[in-house]
Amino acid sequence: MAGVGRSGTQAGRFFLISVTVLFFAVFLLAPLVAVFSTALQKGSGYYLAALADPETAAAVRLTLLTTCIAVPVNTIFGLCAGWAIARYEFPGKTLLKTVIALPFSVSPVIAGLMFILVYGSGGLIGPWLEARHIQVIFAVPGIILTTLFVTLPLAAHEVIAVLEARGKEEEEVAWTLGATGRQIFCRITLPKIKWGLFYGVMLSTARAMGEFGAVSVVSGHIRGLTNTLPLHIEILYNQYDAVAAFAAATLLALAALATLAAKAVMELRPGLRGDRSAPGPAYAGGEK
Amino acid sequence: MAKEIKGRVVLPGFGMTLGVTLFYVSVMILLPFAALVLKSASLSLHEFYETVTAPRVTAALRLSLLTAWIAASINVVFGVPAAWVLSRYSFPGKRLLDAMVDLPFALPTAVAGIALTAMFGPTGGPGAILGRLGVKIAFTPAGIVVALVFIGLPFVVRTLQPVIESLDRRMEEAAATLGASPAQVFFRVILPPLVPALLSGFSLAFARGIGEYGSVVFISGNMPMRTEIAPLVIMTKLQQFDYAGATAVAVVLLIVSFIVLSAVRLMELRAGFWRTGVR
Repeated sequence: MAGVGRSGTQAGRFFLISVTVLFFAVFLLAPLVAVFSTALQKGSGYYLAALADPETAAAVRLTLLTTCIAVPVNTIFGLCAGWAIARYEFPGKTLLKTVIALPFSVSPVIAGLMFILVYGSGGLIGPWLEARHIQVIFAVPGIILTTLFVTLPLAAHEVIAVLEARGKEEEEVAWTLGATGRQIFCRITLPKIKWGLFYGVMLSTARAMGEFGAVSVVSGHIRGLTNTLPLHIEILYNQYDAVAAFAAATLLALAALATLAAKAVMELRPGLRGDRSAPGPAYAGGEK
Repeated sequence: MAKEIKGRVVLPGFGMTLGVTLFYVSVMILLPFAALVLKSASLSLHEFYETVTAPRVTAALRLSLLTAWIAASINVVFGVPAAWVLSRYSFPGKRLLDAMVDLPFALPTAVAGIALTAMFGPTGGPGAILGRLGVKIAFTPAGIVVALVFIGLPFVVRTLQPVIESLDRRMEEAAATLGASPAQVFFRVILPPLVPALLSGFSLAFARGIGEYGSVVFISGNMPMRTEIAPLVIMTKLQQFDYAGATAVAVVLLIVSFIVLSAVRLMELRAGFWRTGVR
């Protein structure tokens, strides 16, 4: 009963839900449907053949390699940053949080540019690397570095959010009762943050697999060598092989859908994230 | 805050975790930023001015700012009902709808780019229908706006949702029982506390929009002076190994987005102040 003001009349409610559903259908659902329908346009045989193409397979391998390095590294960083930021007070904490969030606000193309200015020839440490015959830019290390940069805040952001929301009393009790640091982490902190961490890892994975602009800048676009899956999609698309491009895109779309599913699962568990926990019981009655 | 004083318990691992964090942040974030700052400092003022005021660059900057502005505005117009529906109503499929909001965040931008181009291109479903009406979306500035609406949607909806959830419904009921019309309730009771979140959602979507690359380059057509966005200008300069020119344009874009994002930060601080002041 509560909450059905006059703003909540049935007609208004119906109108607002329709607007939202329509808006989402056009801008969110339709592109997703377009990916899969275009990929399967010429039948499943063609779809599978497109995925089995050696250059596509090489691109998938490079993308997986990049992801398998970037995600664990950023996850470990996220755990360290989360522990330091959410468990202690120290000067410059807000500044540190702002710096960690910086990659969010930099255009991917500018991110790529910055890495060229560090590791490219004529860059900050480019000449030093060149003297040692280490190639970073237009090679795989550059791709991995920019991917690390772009996905850096994701896991840290989720871990910090959960740790700050859940408080540190339990850890402190365990510590005073004589638990070791490792015991505290494995038995208290990890179970507490596992869903937030899981979502952070999923999001990092989807973003690491899909990064386009930044990687495009530092990759030499050498087919079979420095072409990640998104770059390969661009090449296929520009060659007017749209079906093959979309076939490759389905792999990335599936990773994105898995990420959304992970978040949905996380939010089914109330109280895991302070900011987006399940609505209180007051709402339940209002809708009837 | 009182707990800190009461407890006086210091958990282990501070030195190690902070050390790792600072080291990693320095190498991965501060070093690249330092390189950009150093490079831009090495440009002469004249060089910088010449690059940034070249007609092709100003056209691209203007286009990026304008399309990002329009797209963020569209997201605000549709984001308010969307966030409202997702936080206030329950209906079948709501959870699915809510999960879909994050799609632009998780879907690689290149995939979004080719999908939107396929949809709004002359042979796509919506594109063909609009084409018969004489409206062209793909390969025009409108196409850029479409891509940026897609990219910016989660920023507006996710910023609004928690604020709508925290609104006190008794205010609306009180206003309604005192004879306010639904429009009055909306504009006088519901909207004012949403304004800070609306502005920050708008700014986040706008800041993201001016730097967006992957989803835009496929649908925009990339015609210099007409549909070429600023990040593409940077990309083109990089492909010509004109790092100085690329840096100059990048600095302009970064300054704009930092101004926008600091405004958000300030607003959030003040919004917290307002909210605690009201209660």
